[in-house]
Parts: sequence; structure tokens; C-alpha cells
Amino acid sequence: MQKKSPTQERLSRRWENIRRNWYKFSRNSLSIIGLVVICIILFFAIFAPFVSPYPESAGKFINFYEASQPPNFTHLCGTDAFGRDILTRIFFGCRYSLMMGVTVLLLIVPVGVVLGLIAGYHRGKWLDIVIMRITDIFIAVPPLILALAVCSVLTPSIFHAMLAISIAWWPWYTRLLYGIVSSLKDEFFVHSAEVTGAGKMHILFREILLNCISPILTKMSLDMGWIILIGASLSFVGLGAQPPTPDLGSMVADGSKYLPDQWWISVFPAFAIMLIVLSFNLFGDGIRDTLGVERG
Amino acid sequence: MSKPLLEIKNLHVWFKVFGGILKVLDGVNFTVRSGEKVGLVGEAGCGKTTTMKAIMRLLSMPPAIIPKGEILFKGKDILRMNQAELQQIRKEKISMIFQDPTAALNPVFTIGTQIQDAVRFSERSGRKMKKDEIKARAIQVLKEVSLPDQERVLQNYPIQLSGGMRQRVCISMALVSASELIIGDEPGTSLDVTIKDQILKLLKELAKKHDTSIILISHALGTVKNMTDKVYVMYAGAMVELAKTKELFAHPLHPYSQGLLAAIPRLTGGGIGEGIDGHIPEYINPPKGCRFHPRCKQAMPICKDKKPPFFKVSENHEVACFLFQNFGGDCIDK
Amino acid sequence: MRLPVFYFRILVVIALTNNILLVDQLKKHFFTYQGIVKAVDGINFFIKEGETFGLVGESGSGKSTVAYTVVGMYRPTKGKIIYQGDKDISQDSRKRPLALKKEIQIVFQDPGTSLNPSMTIKDILELPLKVHNIGKNHEGRINKVKELLEMVQLPMSYIYKYPSMIGGGEKQMVAIARALATNPSLVLLDEPTSALDVSVQAKLINMLIQFQKEFNLSYLFITHDLSLMRNVASRVAIMYLGKLCEIAPSSEFFKNPLHPYTQMLLSSIPVISDEEEALKPKKIISTGEIPSPVNIPPGCSFHFRCPKKMDICSREDPIITEINEGHTVRCHLYTK
Repeated sequence: MQKKSPTQERLSRRWENIRRNWYKFSRNSLSIIGLVVICIILFFAIFAPFVSPYPESAGKFINFYEASQPPNFTHLCGTDAFGRDILTRIFFGCRYSLMMGVTVLLLIVPVGVVLGLIAGYHRGKWLDIVIMRITDIFIAVPPLILALAVCSVLTPSIFHAMLAISIAWWPWYTRLLYGIVSSLKDEFFVHSAEVTGAGKMHILFREILLNCISPILTKMSLDMGWIILIGASLSFVGLGAQPPTPDLGSMVADGSKYLPDQWWISVFPAFAIMLIVLSFNLFGDGIRDTLGVERG
Repeated sequence: MSKPLLEIKNLHVWFKVFGGILKVLDGVNFTVRSGEKVGLVGEAGCGKTTTMKAIMRLLSMPPAIIPKGEILFKGKDILRMNQAELQQIRKEKISMIFQDPTAALNPVFTIGTQIQDAVRFSERSGRKMKKDEIKARAIQVLKEVSLPDQERVLQNYPIQLSGGMRQRVCISMALVSASELIIGDEPGTSLDVTIKDQILKLLKELAKKHDTSIILISHALGTVKNMTDKVYVMYAGAMVELAKTKELFAHPLHPYSQGLLAAIPRLTGGGIGEGIDGHIPEYINPPKGCRFHPRCKQAMPICKDKKPPFFKVSENHEVACFLFQNFGGDCIDK
Repeated sequence: MRLPVFYFRILVVIALTNNILLVDQLKKHFFTYQGIVKAVDGINFFIKEGETFGLVGESGSGKSTVAYTVVGMYRPTKGKIIYQGDKDISQDSRKRPLALKKEIQIVFQDPGTSLNPSMTIKDILELPLKVHNIGKNHEGRINKVKELLEMVQLPMSYIYKYPSMIGGGEKQMVAIARALATNPSLVLLDEPTSALDVSVQAKLINMLIQFQKEFNLSYLFITHDLSLMRNVASRVAIMYLGKLCEIAPSSEFFKNPLHPYTQMLLSSIPVISDEEEALKPKKIISTGEIPSPVNIPPGCSFHFRCPKKMDICSREDPIITEINEGHTVRCHLYTK
């Protein structure tokens, strides 16, 4: 074997790690199904303007000649009261849902994780008490109610909905990290770094945080589904995306007026929500089984 | 010679993992007779726990595969038994004491609940026992393992007992169900030396009293010296030496056994031995022929090609090593 | 009242020997909701430069706590620890100067938990080098890491491996390499080979002895395996429930054990040859359980299990008496 440079060596180890994790992940067929469905949804969401049959339906569009058609060959999911193609609106709606999930996670994970790290490491001292009691206050309110409260104070829009969900959801990461870090800080490798003289930053972010990655990743993938669901619930009551923006939750709300005769206007978007949440849950289960076992 | 109680014949156990197949057990032969105490010595990773789990059929079948071999208990193959027969064996005949008593006891149930469960499941005729019968049996079996204050112990949770007491509870649970064979997987390893000494002596007494056979697994030769009649030495998935205990300690023949004995620090002083160069082979790509040959200072060309069979050096002593090929070959303890 | 006596003792000790570590009346108590755990309750000993001092005891004896307090993981509740005659290190590692942290290092018992499972061997070995600025730049540090791996006879390819990919013995060798990376003078070894097989243990111990000669190290060697202690330590101390029972030079300790606990421990070790069997004390067999450190028996803490117990043992804790040169024991049988 020829000598590899250190970078090559490191990359080849990373690749081997990835292959090993894929092997573990692929043992469970449900997780594979979850992954496949996510990929399909991602594809349609990202390329929505190009692959949707009637892209103009995503915006301001009225065509009463084609309004309220049940599912047929020209409109696979039918049309709504304004003549807009529902399948197209679902693709665009997925875009917003996924974007909401990613944005919220990007906001809450750094904040929640850092707070949890600090609180867990200083367990028993005043930093811990202050941080965790604040966390407890936020957790005490059910997430949907808190999001509703925040949204109703601010003007309803998709961005304010994201903000509201972030405020409701960040404490769970703090709590997750607090639990893990409280036990990790007593491990011998942490003590070893401490007595050698390593600084706090190194201990928190290299020694301890590296060992928390798998529970964080698992929670993130499971949370995607929940966040999208809450976002859809907010839109359902009118506090999220405003018309004519296609949003899965508001599509369900709008269509509920026409149930049960024009069932397709509500049912297909609801089914899309269910599919997204389910696939992220299956994927998250797979992540947990793959990464979780290694630490044992 | 009495008929063997447990006989493992040419057992192969493989594990399917990410990089390929781990060929862990490579033709294991092992015999225990009625009333006999047998030691199994081998270092970490040699496959002794895998062998014992195979006997009790505790291996999860994927990823474990058993391509060849038989495990005969009183003549019947355990590997091919159906659930009902297997249950019966586990209930009444064979029992296992695990290494870590804390992990072997359920922390959310009291000792009383756990022992009484064991008693209930071990009832032979299948009739339902009365509550006081079960309790009386539990107290009796706790007395046998020299636990004082039995009533209080029954009400305690495992966490309230010390390590030694937990191990005694595990032994008592094994006694309840096993009548013929107890497998002890490094009992006492996680305990202090003085307590371990007491536990091993207790085990020996009980085996004698109930006429039970014992398989004692350990990685330390010192543990098996006073406890067993004969000892198997295991390396990398196969037995390499079998001898009566005194004989093995007086005259170890296999280079591995010699290396092991030389590495043990002596109370008489004199420095530490050298240890054995190298490390155990990777099971994904085990060495051809004798699995010890890469580390063996006396390796010969034939060792790299063929796996040595057991050569009978004397009545009480067999070695799987080509150094002794002039003696009668292919003899497995019958 | 205590102060002059203390300083006098220190001066005498410094004058007579070259001590790298002096522990004086060390106490470490933990306050739990079950009561006060007196893990270490008044220990005195010293370690000479270049020697291996052995500390023996079973669970609950406090031997690991002593090591953790000396290295700075715990702060002593009472008592003093003096390093190299003049540096008082009776605080925990956060208050110690950085220069001192590289002089005293520790190797833990369980190799599985003493190495960070998410860091590569290179990262693990590089940390002490980074902290103490050894090897001026990244390349210098990598070279030093390679040197360390060579010293413990591990292949270079291990640099990018994770601890879960190597065996227990090799993990422990990495732990030793990590301890030696900063060129310490005192290394505390808390049961370094208890989790390992006999053949790996032999290799490791031989390596440790070789390093001691090469780098003039002093060791505090903790183990419960008396046969191992016999071949490693020059002086041995035995602890029970937080107090020292006996200290003696190695050969004296094994030929002429005085304390009943020492005799009990010696009689229970499994040995493999007849000469060793002859060396073990015959009449004392091990009985009883080790009491929980929350419930230390009154008087001499060993009296419940002691076969030679007298009346006074349940009332008074014995004081330490010196029997021979360097051989001290804490037992009423020997106090005049």
C-alpha cells in the first residue's frame, strides 16, 4: 500500500466510517423507506417550479373554468375553489414546510446546545440553576399554545411563525444536553483533560460535545416532523403563511369548508403532511439505531 | 468412563458484520462428565463466552451463524432442540452465573421477587406452587449460600446489597433451577479478592453437595487451580490444551499455556515474565493452520498450513500442537 | 500547636531523604445524603524519588481517592500534600499552576473510559502537548506523537484510529503514553492492569519498569493484586476503610505481615505454585463483608472481621507504631 498523506488518511477513514454507518442503517428497511420518501419530497420541493404541472397555481391565479374538479388525469389531485392545481400547490407547500423545519432547527440547536452544555457542566452551581429554571418555564407551556401566543402578538406571517416555534422548542435541546453532559462530565477522560490543564472551551466543545452528536442528530431528524406539524397547525388557524402562499396547513384549513363533498382539497395536503412527518420519524429512528449503539 | 453430560463437537460459530464474516469459533471440542468440575481458561477475545452462550443458545442468530457442530446434552443436540425442550433444559438442567452480578439482577424488582420467580419457573411437574412453599424454598436456598438474615434480604433491592451478596444471590438462583450443570462465567471477577475467595469456595462446596457439574470460565489461571478437576486452555476460538489441573500447572506443554503461566507474577518475587509477543488474531482473516503460529517462538512450517489436532501425550494430558505429533493423534476426550 | 510539629517533621524528612511526595494527615470526606463518607481518613506516607510505592486495598479502602486527591481531581478536606519538598499542592487542579500539572500525571484503571471515544489517538496524545506548549508547531507535535507511539511499541497507523478500534491493552498503552507526554516526575498508576489479561499485563509492567529507569520516574502504584505488587513495588502500604494498616518494605511486607488484615488478604490470593502456597499465612481465612464507608465501625474499623480481636479494639482506634526500620503498623496487638 502506498503511503498516504495525513489528509488522505483522514478522508479515507471518514469514508470508511460513512460506509460502516450506512451498513448499519440499511439493516432496517423502514429507515430506508423513510430516507427514500424524504429524498422524493426534497426533489419535488427543490425543483417545484420545474416539475410541477401548473406552476402558476402557486401564486395569484384564478380560473373558474377548472375550479373544484375532482382528481382526474389532467389534475392528479384535483383543483380547489379558485381553479388552482392542488398537486402543484402541494409541491410548493412542501418547500415552505421544509424551509421552516430547517430554519427553526438552525436557530434553536446552537442556542439550546450551548446552554445545555454550560448548565450540565456546572451542575449544582448557580449557572445551572439559573439556566435550567428558565428552561423549565418555557417547557411548562405546551409548545403549540406558546407558539399561538407569540404569533397572535406579532402580525401573522411565515417568519413570525418560525420565530414562535423556535421560542417554544429550544428548551428541549437544553434539557437533552443537560442530561447527557451531567453524566459525561464525571467520565475519566474529562478528568484526564482537566488535570492535564486543558481550558474550559476545549473540555466543553471538544471532549464533551463530540460525544453528544448522535443524540442531537437523532433528535433533529425526529424534530423536523414535529416542527413541520406545528407549523401546519399554526397555518391551519391562520397564524402562519398568509394567502395566496401555498402552505399545507392553510390548504387543509381552506379545504375543510368544503368537506365532505370536495374532499380532495383538504385530504391531499393532509396526506402530504402525514407523509413528511412519518418519513422523518422513520429516518430519525434509523439514525438513532445507527449512531446510538456505537457509544455502548 | 461415565458417559459425558455435555459434549461440544467441532463447533464453529461465525458472526456476520460490516467488513465480512468473523470466524470466531473454529472447531471447539469440549466435554463435561457428571459431577466433574471443568475449567476453561483463555484470554479476552478467545471465544469462551461465545461458547457458553452457544450452549445456552443465547446468541442472537443473525448476526451469529453456526455452520457446523453439535452440542450434545445427554446425547441430544441442543442446537436442534425446539423451544419446549430448550425451555426444559434451561429450567431444570443447565444454569449460568454471569460475570457481573449487578447487571444480572433486575434493579427494579426485590431479591425476593426474583428468586421466587426462579423457583416458580423451575417447578418440575408444572403444578402451581403455593405462596408459602415458594417463599420457604427461597429462604432455604439463601441459607445454602450463607446469606445471613434471609427475610431481610428477600425484601431488599439489588442496589442495597454489596457485590459479594449479589453474587451469592445469583448463585442461589442458579441452584434453584439447575440440577445438573452450572456454568460460571468468571464469577467473582468484579469482586474483591477476599470476597472472591469466599464465593469460589462456596461454589465448590455446593457443587459437591448437590453433585452438580461445574464449568468455570476464567482468564486467570490462579482461579481455576483449586477449583477444578481438569482444565481446557483456549486460544483464538479453539482448544489448545486439555489436562488434569495439577498436571497442567506442573507441566504445561502448549507454547501458549507456557507463555501464560510464565507471565503470571509470583508471590515469591523474581520479576515479571516476558508476556507473549503479538496479539490475538483478527477473526475476519484468521491465520491459516494453527491460529497461534504467528506468535509462537517454536513455530514450524507445518503449523502455517494445517490445523493441529489433539495429540494424546498421556492419560491425563492432550495438546493441539505439532510439536507433539509423534504421540497418538486425533484424540478428543471421549 | 500542630504547626511547629508539622514543620519539624517536614525538615527532618527533607534532611534525611529525597522525597518527591509527602502526604501528611490527608483526609477526604464526601458529604452525601446517606451520611459522611470518610473515603480517606488521616493518611501519612512519603514517596522517595525514583522508587515505586505500592498502595494495596480492596473496594472502599480509599486507595483510588488518595490518587485522585494527589493529582488534583479532588480537594483535600484536611491535611497537606507536599511535592518535591517545598511545593504545597493541597488544592485541586484548577488552582494549581500549569507548570505543576505536567509534573504529576495519572493513568486510570479502566482504559475504556479514560480515553475519549470520539477523539482519535492523535488528538488524545496531542492534547497535553498543546496545553503545555511542547513541540513548537503542528508538525513538531505530530512528530512527538509519533515518538510517543514508538515508545510504547504501537504502530504508526494507530494515529487515526479511534479507541473503540483497538484492544484494551493497547488503549492502556496509549493512556501511559499520554501520561508520559509531558515528561512528568511522578506518575500515579491506579490499577493500570486490573482490566487486562495476564500476558498483556506482563508486557505493560515491563514497559513501565523500563520507563522508570530511563526517565527517573517515581510511581505510586495502586493495585489489589498482591502477587503483582510483590514484583513491582519497593515499599508497600495497605489500606482499609480510609486508614493505613501497615507500611513496610516489600520483602518484609510479604515475609512478615503483621496486621491481621494483611494476613487475611495474603491468604486469599490465588497462587499457582506450591512455593507460593507455602508463603501464604495459613491460619487466617477471609470472613465477613467489607462494611460500607458510610458506616465505619467504631474503634478499629477492622474489628468485626478480625480473628485476633481484643476488647480494646471495639473502643479505641490504634495508633501507628514503628516495629522495624520502615515497618509501621496500626494495630492494638503491637502497641506497647
